[in-house]
Amino acid sequence: MSDTVTMEVLRYRPEEETEPTYESFEVPVQPEWMILDGLNHIKDQLDGSLSYRWACRMGVCGSCGMLVNGRPVLTCATYMESLLPGPIRVEPLRGFPVIRDLVGDITDFMGKLAAVKPYIVREEEKPVEEGEYLQTPEELAEYKQYSMCINCMLCYSACPIYRIEPDFIGPAAIALAQRYNLDSRDEGAQERMDVLSQHAGIWGCTLVGECSEVCPKDVDPAGAIQRYKVSATVDFFKSVLMPWRKE
Amino acid sequence: MNPDYRPYHPKWFRRRVPIFWWLRQAAYVKFISRELTCLLVAYVAILLLVFVAAVDRGEASYLALVGWLSQPMVVAFHVAVLLGTLFHTVTWLNLAPMALVVKVGGRRVPARAILLGHYFAWVACTIAVAWALVGP
Repeated sequence: MSDTVTMEVLRYRPEEETEPTYESFEVPVQPEWMILDGLNHIKDQLDGSLSYRWACRMGVCGSCGMLVNGRPVLTCATYMESLLPGPIRVEPLRGFPVIRDLVGDITDFMGKLAAVKPYIVREEEKPVEEGEYLQTPEELAEYKQYSMCINCMLCYSACPIYRIEPDFIGPAAIALAQRYNLDSRDEGAQERMDVLSQHAGIWGCTLVGECSEVCPKDVDPAGAIQRYKVSATVDFFKSVLMPWRKE
Repeated sequence: MNPDYRPYHPKWFRRRVPIFWWLRQAAYVKFISRELTCLLVAYVAILLLVFVAAVDRGEASYLALVGWLSQPMVVAFHVAVLLGTLFHTVTWLNLAPMALVVKVGGRRVPARAILLGHYFAWVACTIAVAWALVGP
């Protein structure tokens, strides 16, 4: 095994250049080093001006998502040894405008996330004295998978629809909408459906399925969107066939 | 929102999506193939209607259609159509468990059972249609 590997890192310095370029760094290969460790080595030892996001180093914060050899991954959870002999190419996530080097602008995603109300919506809150809203293990199991989302946006980067139709609400936001819809304490499904039944909502998805492939938390956003489509269709037919039925 | 924030910052770099983006990854090629082969399914449906119309016009018209379909180039084309529609059907049925969450007695029916149900229905329909066309 070679002692070093070449990391080709996309650099974009808007004050100096109008197009991004790739810069190669020779990085030592240590056992159990992740791609993020390689980037930290570059920043510490070779070029302190390299910009990228990271925080927890353990696959929880969702901030170190990047394209590694063209595939969206969490750089803190991708072994360098698995990509030898290299070179290892590191780029910012696809689908987001690049602010600098490996840092993308995620404002669009934050707006879409807020639009689906990713929190428990109640028509009426019960008084605090009445205690918590209790839930059985079965009710928890209904939505638990979707609650594992860490907003890392790898699914947006894997989704060609999001790149071609930027209005598409996208996989993670829809999976999180589903997470709250399936929560026994929530009453906001109709409000979310108003947003998601639009073309830019669930119907924008053509089921490429790559979002679920790259998801580091096995959330299966593609499955969430298809389930949403089925329930939207059932709701539509119910409202046509049984117009007297209450929403 | 911070008043200094500009949603279309002129210095941010935006990558263009190349026309042939779908050739860059095997999963994307498979997706586009699945979507495009739906045109072949539509073609088969139209061909079936053409058959019915030919039968309606009489024996001569039907034999003329069969004669045209028996030419080697036309047969080769329809073998390709068959392969395309089979690809479409299989890739499409394989996606069914993703959308269908069926619960029996509080337990989720496993994906394999849903898949088997779909394939069983496919085979049953094929046999029924073949029986209707060829006879017992």
